[in-house]
Amino acid sequence: MTDNERIARFEKRRAELHKMSDEQLRTRFWELCGKAVEPMIELAKSHTSPSIERAVLLRMGIDSISTKGVVTRVHEAGLLGHGAGHVVLKVAEKCKTDVRGAARRIIEDAAVLSGLFGGK
Amino acid sequence: MTTEKLDPKVKLDIEHILEDLEHYHPRRKGWTWREEVPGGYKVNKFHYKDMTKPLKNSVPLPASKYFDHIDPQPKPVITTEIASGRFEDDLRRMRMAAWHGADHIMVIRTTGQSHIDGLLEGTPEGVGGVPITRKQIRASRKACDMIEDEVGRPINFHSYVSGVAGPEVAVLFAEEGINGAHQDPQYNVLYRNVNMYRSFVDAAEAKCVMTGARIFQIDGAHNANATAKEGWSVMPELLVQHGINCAFSVAAGMPKDLIGLSTVPPCAPPSPKLWYDLPYAVALRDFFSDYKMRAQQNTRYIEADIEEATRTHVIDTLISALTRADIQSTITPDEGRNVPWHYNNIRGIETAKQTLVALDGIKELVKIDRDGPLGEMVRDLKERAICFLEEVLEIGGYFAAVEKGFFVDSAKYPERNGDGIARDGKGGVGAGSIVKREADYFAPVCSHFGHNKLPAGARRPCAPIDGCTLCKPEKIVFIDELDPSDSCNTRLEKTMPFRKGGRIRPEAEWAGDGVMLLQFFVPEEIETARVAGLEIAKKMGLHDPEVINAQVMHPSEGTFIEVKGKVDFSIDKATLKIPPKEVILPEDDLRAAVKKVGLKVVAGTVGEDEHSVGLREILDIKHGGIEKYGVKYHYLGTSVPVGKLIDAAIETGAQAILISTIISHNDVHRANMKKLDELCREKGIRDKIILIAGGTQVSRDMAKESGMDDGFGRGTKGIHVVNSMVKILKARGVI
Repeated sequence: MTDNERIARFEKRRAELHKMSDEQLRTRFWELCGKAVEPMIELAKSHTSPSIERAVLLRMGIDSISTKGVVTRVHEAGLLGHGAGHVVLKVAEKCKTDVRGAARRIIEDAAVLSGLFGGK
Repeated sequence: MTTEKLDPKVKLDIEHILEDLEHYHPRRKGWTWREEVPGGYKVNKFHYKDMTKPLKNSVPLPASKYFDHIDPQPKPVITTEIASGRFEDDLRRMRMAAWHGADHIMVIRTTGQSHIDGLLEGTPEGVGGVPITRKQIRASRKACDMIEDEVGRPINFHSYVSGVAGPEVAVLFAEEGINGAHQDPQYNVLYRNVNMYRSFVDAAEAKCVMTGARIFQIDGAHNANATAKEGWSVMPELLVQHGINCAFSVAAGMPKDLIGLSTVPPCAPPSPKLWYDLPYAVALRDFFSDYKMRAQQNTRYIEADIEEATRTHVIDTLISALTRADIQSTITPDEGRNVPWHYNNIRGIETAKQTLVALDGIKELVKIDRDGPLGEMVRDLKERAICFLEEVLEIGGYFAAVEKGFFVDSAKYPERNGDGIARDGKGGVGAGSIVKREADYFAPVCSHFGHNKLPAGARRPCAPIDGCTLCKPEKIVFIDELDPSDSCNTRLEKTMPFRKGGRIRPEAEWAGDGVMLLQFFVPEEIETARVAGLEIAKKMGLHDPEVINAQVMHPSEGTFIEVKGKVDFSIDKATLKIPPKEVILPEDDLRAAVKKVGLKVVAGTVGEDEHSVGLREILDIKHGGIEKYGVKYHYLGTSVPVGKLIDAAIETGAQAILISTIISHNDVHRANMKKLDELCREKGIRDKIILIAGGTQVSRDMAKESGMDDGFGRGTKGIHVVNSMVKILKARGVI
């Protein structure tokens, strides 16, 4: 679209808005904002990131340096989609240790991660 | 946890604050607003409309001495940004700021922290800000606890949840009781080049964590008018940026009362500022009436002249008062010339406080006229913002619009200059790092956003681990230092002499930095004046002198110069002779002594000097003068020859002569004092008479050097003079 076409479209849009009351304008603004953020919120609900997973481990009582080591290992093993905290719990169960013990095990040897989720 | 009480007469003990930090936990979480006074705040003869609960301890405005030292506190929370790179020195500045009325203390992060993928630990020195770590914020929050008890109002402590470690920083802040934070995924994308998908995915988690700890959120939209070539042209886009962060935050579960807009009046004089800034402020508040306003002062146009910045900030604050500000942020007026200095934080705070107090209840007196041009301008901005959003959606949504450079284009929408910030969805820091959650995705913690498959029957998400750190703070792991050589402990050892060792050295930012400022006028054109200024500073012994401001007074007549530099000496406090503060005898004792000797004085203004007000105030009973204490006086008027005063004293049997001498040109005041002393000696009455001089340029030491028994300057009351005369009479054995 050329700039002239864009500006022509703008003028047309604006002519429509001219007919609205202040309150209608406000409603329209918030409808559009809501629409704009919908896909972003869906993306956030269905995805995670290394920082989110480290933030989960922090809340589980694991120190910041270890959260980094664990998430890197879990990410490399392709298991981040299950949740790093989830992985730590599985390792704790498997090795009969607590959360911090499991974090240490993962950092020491990534092999402990194999077979946690149905043989992967 | 209890905190020890601070004594206003004793400096903060930084080493003590750092003790036992591993066991410290914040005593409250969440944001606090100022406490309103039901029915309006009444003090002295004033009934304020919008002032809040006063402080227990504070430093009032200088002119408060004419108003019984009152220190009314405006309704908006007042922000100051303190981040010198050494947080241990910032704590003292926080205390000073709180005493002047700041209750929102913001710590800027060290350069580059937003690109660090993870948390920092310890207390390394920062550049342009402070490395935000658990130890640093824990010590700062602990200091704020003590300071807020001292001033009697909660302090909101604030930093930034941005960059590629946003969720972790949010957890850290929630655990440590941080009260406010910037969080805006658009800021990461546009100004920090963090990958756009990563930024939004992280932001939802960060906002969810902040919500759980009731951390107040401030967005980052104002950066657009600090970045775009014409800040005032991007106003429609600013509405859009605020709207996107607000809508995204609400969708992530954040309540609207925790969401603040960071908004800056985009213009500055010499532009006709109000014609741009007022319609913008009104349009914003119309659309965002459900949200809080954090009004920031403009930084874009700050030059080296502190006064100019201050004047612009007064007008910014006027716009806040005319519209609405829940938080009034301040910018240190020296930001255009150096990293903010201690006392310039205070200046910024006072600008906001003084303006808002003066404008108390302005909306009851003045109304914004929407029928005139303002209404049209407001409407125009709103329509442009809506059209901007419609175009964003039409071309495929927010991410597509960022890729096409829709944002921070310096033209007024729909015009485009093609200089917007475009980001590639596949690029940026952290590109390709988000991962799709599996159906069995599970995170056993509270305040977690999005899909989370909890085990069947789990009542709380953190039940499977028997409580997360947000529920059980004792689970938090405290790391002290990673590199002891780059830590506050090493720095504190070096600055010990200046904090606790009795050495005194001037300070701008850091203990013992020795930085000071010279201000002077050089009667030369600007380039000559700059070089001369440096030479003058060097001759005065300043190291590393630097001209930080030069202002033309006239192209050839001269230049105002400001030079900063350092001194490397220090003063030994023990060697200072501090004059003891005069102890005033009880009024009844003074009256009794005056009665006993029948104290009489003669008084007049000497020399060719027609000033009479000051002396009349010292004499008259109406002004609490010496008459009030029973002293009889004989007033000879103005421009009295010295000899005439002595004759009158002998004639009336007065025990004292009080002279007033205001004019000090060519040291005429000293000359008159000396003359009075000499003439009394010639007449042989010097040991029987008390000679006292007063005036705006008079000091006790100078009067004594000039032969007087005592001298008084500004702010003297009758009682001070009576007290002096009675003490002299006692010393002479008369009483």
